[in-house]
Amino acid sequence: MALDESFIGRTYPPEPIYEVSREKIREFAVAIGDDNPLYRDAEAARGAGYRDVIAPPTFAMIISLTATNAVTHDPELGLDYSKVVHGDQQFIHHRPMVAGDRLIGQVTIDDIQSRAGNDMLTVRGEITTEAGERVCTSIGLMVARGTA
Amino acid sequence: MSIRYADVEEGHELPALTATITRADLVRYAGASGDFNPIHWNERFAKEVGLPDVIGHGMLTMALAGRLVTSWTGDPGAVVDYGVRFTRPVVVPDDDKGAEVEVTGKVTAKLENNTVKVMIQASSGGLKVLAKAQAIVRLS
Repeated sequence: MALDESFIGRTYPPEPIYEVSREKIREFAVAIGDDNPLYRDAEAARGAGYRDVIAPPTFAMIISLTATNAVTHDPELGLDYSKVVHGDQQFIHHRPMVAGDRLIGQVTIDDIQSRAGNDMLTVRGEITTEAGERVCTSIGLMVARGTA
Repeated sequence: MSIRYADVEEGHELPALTATITRADLVRYAGASGDFNPIHWNERFAKEVGLPDVIGHGMLTMALAGRLVTSWTGDPGAVVDYGVRFTRPVVVPDDDKGAEVEVTGKVTAKLENNTVKVMIQASSGGLKVLAKAQAIVRLS
């Protein structure tokens, strides 16, 4: 059964604060095999004009994944998560994430479509500071194969 | 280490890179990212849901391909927009060699505010694993 299109535009409650730490950035940088000093060396990062070490461009997925799970596991929406694959992903960085940032992710369902038997769900995550400064916008297309 | 906007022409090719993904890399990325979907580490589960074998996280492929750009600029904070389409999974065999992902890219447009558009190609086993992969990068 196709997903209920009345969920388009629905915004989910904000996630708890995520604090960006030097160690998590280092761990993520190791996992993606990137030895850039701006991820590990606070002095080098300050030399490049940042307050502290910065996060890799796809680090934002840690926050957007948790926030997106609120949608993909929403029993009211009823998506069959075992059939979900990631179709597209985009990160728009309003500024780099920096160690020490305290961030809040909040997702909105921007679109629902049924195409070729698949349910296609566009989920936008807005990641902001506690003060409301926009840091990153994450736009992901989740595809549930054969569920529509 | 910094690339100047004025020095970059359309068509400029970024230094290519080849990344290897082993099962150990998938476990490490699962822990670092929080994505513990069993299709990325459990062969039995992956086959039950119709996959040929364990597959890599699409987001890991995206991150590896992104290294093409961050290695070029030196400053990962210069990436203001990065998007990809996942066209095909990277199948990761249970051996020590793993899967190879080959990444190339070039500057396809010079935009306003000292930014350039980089189009990225990523393939594994000769097949494209990403499409419409592009980054907008702010240069000095």
